[in-house]
Amino acid sequence: MSALVRIEGLGVSFATDAGPVKAVDDVTLSVERGEVLAIVGESGSGKTVTAKTILGLLPSTATTSGAVILSNKAGTSETDVVSLSKKELRAIRGTDVAMVFQEPSTALNPVFPVGWQIIEGLQAHSKISRKEARRKAIDILGRVGIPDPEVRVDHYPHQFSGGQKQRVVIAMALVLEPGLIVADEPTTALDVTVQAEILDLLRRCRDEFGMGIVLITHNMGVVADLADRVAVMYQGNVVEQADVKTLFASPQADYTKALLAAVPYVGHGTVTAEARAANRPADWLEQAPVVEARGLQIEYPGRFGRPPFRAVDGVDFVIRPGEVLGLVGESGSGKTTIGRAIAGLTRVTGGSLQVLGHEMNGIRERRFRPSRSRIGFVFQDPASSFNPLLTIAECVAEPLVIHGRAADASDARQRVNELLEAVQLPSAYGDRFPHELSGGQRQRASLARAIALEPELLIADEPTSALDVSVQARVLELFAELQRGFGFASLFISHDLAVVDILADRIAVMYRGHLVEGGTGAEVLGAPVDPYTKRLLASLPVPDPVAQAERRAELRRIREAG
Amino acid sequence: MTDAIATRPPKRLLRDRLPVVHQLRQSVGLQRGMLVAGLILTGLFIFTAIFAPLLAPYGFNQLRDIDGPFGSQQPPSSAHPFGTTVGGYDVLSRTIWGTQTALLVIIAAVVLSIFAGVFLGLVSGYFGGWLDRVLVVICDAIYAFPSLLLAIVMAIVISGGQSSLWGGVLAAAISISVVYIPQYFRVIRAETVRIKAEAYVESAKVLGASNSRIMVRHVLRNATRTLPLIFTLNSSEAILTLAGLGFLGFGIEPTAAAEWGYDLNKALADVSSGIWWTALYPGLAIVLTVLGITLVGESLNDLADPRLRGRRRVAKASGAVAETSVVPGGTLIAGPGGLDGLEDGESFEEHGIEVKS
Amino acid sequence: MTSTTTVSETPGAKPAAPRAAKTPGGGLGRYILIRALLIIPTVFILVTLVFVLMRTTGDPITAALGGRLTADQLQERIAAAGYDRPLIVQYLEYLGQIATGNFGTTISDNRPVVEVLVTYGGATLELAFYSLIVAFLIGIPFGLVAAYFRDKGQDAVLRVFAILCYATPVFFAGMILKLIFSVWLKVLPVAGRASTGAELQMQFLPNPTGLYTIDAIRTGNPAVLADVLAHAVLPSIALGLLTAGVFLRLVRTNVIGTLSTDYVDAARSRGVGEYRLVRTHAYRPALIPIITVIGLQIALLLGGAVLTETTFEWKGLGFMLAEYLQARDFVAVQGIVALLAVIVALTNFVVDILAALIDPRVRY
Repeated sequence: MSALVRIEGLGVSFATDAGPVKAVDDVTLSVERGEVLAIVGESGSGKTVTAKTILGLLPSTATTSGAVILSNKAGTSETDVVSLSKKELRAIRGTDVAMVFQEPSTALNPVFPVGWQIIEGLQAHSKISRKEARRKAIDILGRVGIPDPEVRVDHYPHQFSGGQKQRVVIAMALVLEPGLIVADEPTTALDVTVQAEILDLLRRCRDEFGMGIVLITHNMGVVADLADRVAVMYQGNVVEQADVKTLFASPQADYTKALLAAVPYVGHGTVTAEARAANRPADWLEQAPVVEARGLQIEYPGRFGRPPFRAVDGVDFVIRPGEVLGLVGESGSGKTTIGRAIAGLTRVTGGSLQVLGHEMNGIRERRFRPSRSRIGFVFQDPASSFNPLLTIAECVAEPLVIHGRAADASDARQRVNELLEAVQLPSAYGDRFPHELSGGQRQRASLARAIALEPELLIADEPTSALDVSVQARVLELFAELQRGFGFASLFISHDLAVVDILADRIAVMYRGHLVEGGTGAEVLGAPVDPYTKRLLASLPVPDPVAQAERRAELRRIREAG
Repeated sequence: MTDAIATRPPKRLLRDRLPVVHQLRQSVGLQRGMLVAGLILTGLFIFTAIFAPLLAPYGFNQLRDIDGPFGSQQPPSSAHPFGTTVGGYDVLSRTIWGTQTALLVIIAAVVLSIFAGVFLGLVSGYFGGWLDRVLVVICDAIYAFPSLLLAIVMAIVISGGQSSLWGGVLAAAISISVVYIPQYFRVIRAETVRIKAEAYVESAKVLGASNSRIMVRHVLRNATRTLPLIFTLNSSEAILTLAGLGFLGFGIEPTAAAEWGYDLNKALADVSSGIWWTALYPGLAIVLTVLGITLVGESLNDLADPRLRGRRRVAKASGAVAETSVVPGGTLIAGPGGLDGLEDGESFEEHGIEVKS
Repeated sequence: MTSTTTVSETPGAKPAAPRAAKTPGGGLGRYILIRALLIIPTVFILVTLVFVLMRTTGDPITAALGGRLTADQLQERIAAAGYDRPLIVQYLEYLGQIATGNFGTTISDNRPVVEVLVTYGGATLELAFYSLIVAFLIGIPFGLVAAYFRDKGQDAVLRVFAILCYATPVFFAGMILKLIFSVWLKVLPVAGRASTGAELQMQFLPNPTGLYTIDAIRTGNPAVLADVLAHAVLPSIALGLLTAGVFLRLVRTNVIGTLSTDYVDAARSRGVGEYRLVRTHAYRPALIPIITVIGLQIALLLGGAVLTETTFEWKGLGFMLAEYLQARDFVAVQGIVALLAVIVALTNFVVDILAALIDPRVRY
């Protein structure tokens, strides 16, 4: 039997404002039946474009060359997707190849029930009675693990949780039993515990339904968990293709080696943290903490008389001078709220939060403002953390001007250049506008701005989560270096245990507004006590297919244990 | 945009920063056609307004020349190419002079409403609180109300109905601006609320910048970027409201200035007896002026929204390969203009100004 | 849109959002209640605004009759009508009257404003109804077509058509329509709501509704109905085209917006046809903002109705308003404008509820 899909010499160009841009250049790939091919690459590598080409889903600004030969599930016919008419494309979509999208909350039409959307796909391809289609929809929802499918089939997307939505999206892809599923970053928008469940479901698609899967991802842990074969893409080209074990064990291309080296591996930071702990002065524990929370409680007011939402509930922690506290949690755990409260961006509604000697509960902005020079903040989104109308130098000079260390931006330029050099940016970059810098460069400039006044405390709110893994590695390295040099205390917020592990002296785990576990990296990651921490840790896929297979078994054991 | 960064000097070229010129260069195909057509019509309108004294064969309130009175309702002839009105005015001259009145009203109305609207929107959106809520309710109430009726009430208040050129222009302009302040308020407030949540404003707050500094340096300049757009759309609404006022008899006296709405009011009775020239020309003048300005506005709106902007198609698989991670997400998904631009632009509320008379 | 959107002061409040949406029981009933309460300040503001504007500049008696009566006579009339009392007293009295549905009595023909509404409101309602039909019939299908053929020839033609609809003042459109169909082609009547004969027949009906279409059907005479409908054609088209242009543009932009969402791509990946994508997947979600904005267009429609009715001598509220304006009867103007404010607020309320009903996220 022939391959499910053979991509031969594929090239794709897009029309952009700056003229044509080539996204994919001479890519050749194939997927066999019952095989998971992972296409790995960083943003802009052309992996998503390649995947979308298989379904003919590229926007009209794209021009394609080469061939994408798709065969049906039975292997009885072959078609070249690139040359199909709109009508012919419609016939193969859903039946021969289906797609799973990155963001389940946007991939479902909010105004139609999920069952309606599944049935629509069925009716688009066959003359099937409404009743029969409904039965099939209920059946497939049950098989992807939606409880009470008879009832849920009539529910609207907003009534499902994120993980359930992704299950529904997968159900839609499965219902016509296509031979091939293209999954575009299917778990990127999900929390790590949910990610593990969705990966299991995709594995079942392969094993039980005998489907081929094209898995698009940037996450090497996901690759190690699910893939049979891996294609690494870089700048529109496939730089390496190999069996998953071979690739992780002995990568050939330089880019693959660099990529694998950049992936943070949970447990690797413990050594440095221990070394740092050993070097602390004897009276360190007696020093006044920079931040101290006692029974901290933060509520967001409910709208229109609804009860308020308690984002943080009864949290205790301290950050001592020169110490990095890593705060880990999934979305909605309240970790960002804590960071914002320390910076005085969100009001504390209960308990006590001491920041640099100020009680934040009920503080007035006027009184807190002078102390702001002692706090730095790095935001998550590098795209919006700079005023688009000011140059980088003007932005970095802001703290200096505001706190009277310089008359204006040009007066501060000397210092700005030093700061830019400290974050390894050429000083000429100061004359550029934010949109002219890459995400990693902007995040480094953001660090420069945060350390401009040599603060005692730096709050970093997911500073690397919007960055590619290789860029992330460089930014994390820089952060560690700056922390050593300036000796500031830091609250480092992240959803990624492995990232926090690299930097933090101590790790605190948040879950639904509560702090469930805290301690050194060795304690929390080595011997977790809390069941949530255990599950979180076990859910995190490691970039090593052999080790990951063991961890998967471990996770199953935890789940079964309750 | 991104791959050129490494090589090109960072300052953007002047021609890329001038509002309309930049968009003109950016546009392609039909969108460019619409923009150009709009610019030509608008240019023609402004040109006519400025050179009205040279272009018009007679004065706007001239009833006779050396050969005697023009006569009432005369059909088009060589002396009066567009004929004469029931009041004995030359239609061509009044149509041309009308551009001047329209332009004056636009300028006065927009200047009056823009300052108040921007100031209120900025303060209200930035500080929030009860003042914000009160202003929002007031502006929403006014916004939902027929603007023509409100303009009528204002016209009564200001001039008791009719007046001289400047009195009339000002009365019309003030009436119109009262109606449009809520619109500027809404747009600027929405932008301010959005920008307030942006990381760079929060960053300024964390740094300890004062409210006035944040408002002026960070919010104001970013919030007013859509103003050229609202400006064009409101100009056309101002003309229509002025014409509506004139048509209902709240315009400017024919002896004070030429006003198209007034002329159309007087032409209403002519139509029933088959006299078409008194209505057609002033009416066409309104249509073409509004059409021109609206075309410019719509095109600017489209070009500001990456989802609505058209692009040239490329030849097969051409162009340089995108550089990895020059921009987060690389060239292809960095908006505006990339793939992401197609998928998640800003919501239409930001730019999509509802058309309303 | 019309909402008092107080965007949550804290963007970090993200976790709160999904919870709030799922709170059972809150949903629609609560939304309707809150939205209904918002009518009160809206009406109050507009009514106050109208009063303040119209009364700070002088009393209505002088405006209407000044010059025709002697100073003493004027003074007498002013005192009799109570316009010499302090403004605040008059204002409170005015608010009280409005609360009980009394919008004052006209000066020029001494009729209660409410009676003017009852007599002429039907005509305006009829005109608004017909022109809305015209607007929907043209605006929505062509808006979908324009979105479907986006940036192609069909789209360009439709967009220019939409702008032309909006750029043409209704009275000018009305005059041109009149000129072509009534004066030159002589196929449709020039003005009015019905010919004299037809009006006479309808007057003999017990309890005439004032809605000529219904009255004409009740006479049982097809000729009367034909006459009434023929009179309605041109005004409805003139006013309908204005709104049609706005609807077309709205539908087009919003559908193009939803067409580029993931869920449309997802449906496409299931093999759903392009036409269905536009017609169903993009249109339904786009409908929510469309309906809300259409609600705001009620204001446009009412403003346009004043001009249309004047152009076609269509004896409705707008026509009467113009008449009272000519007569400088500002009590009547104030009354009618205040009344229209109430109507606008109520329509917007209904429209917002409709939009909420379509959105399943609010329904639960």
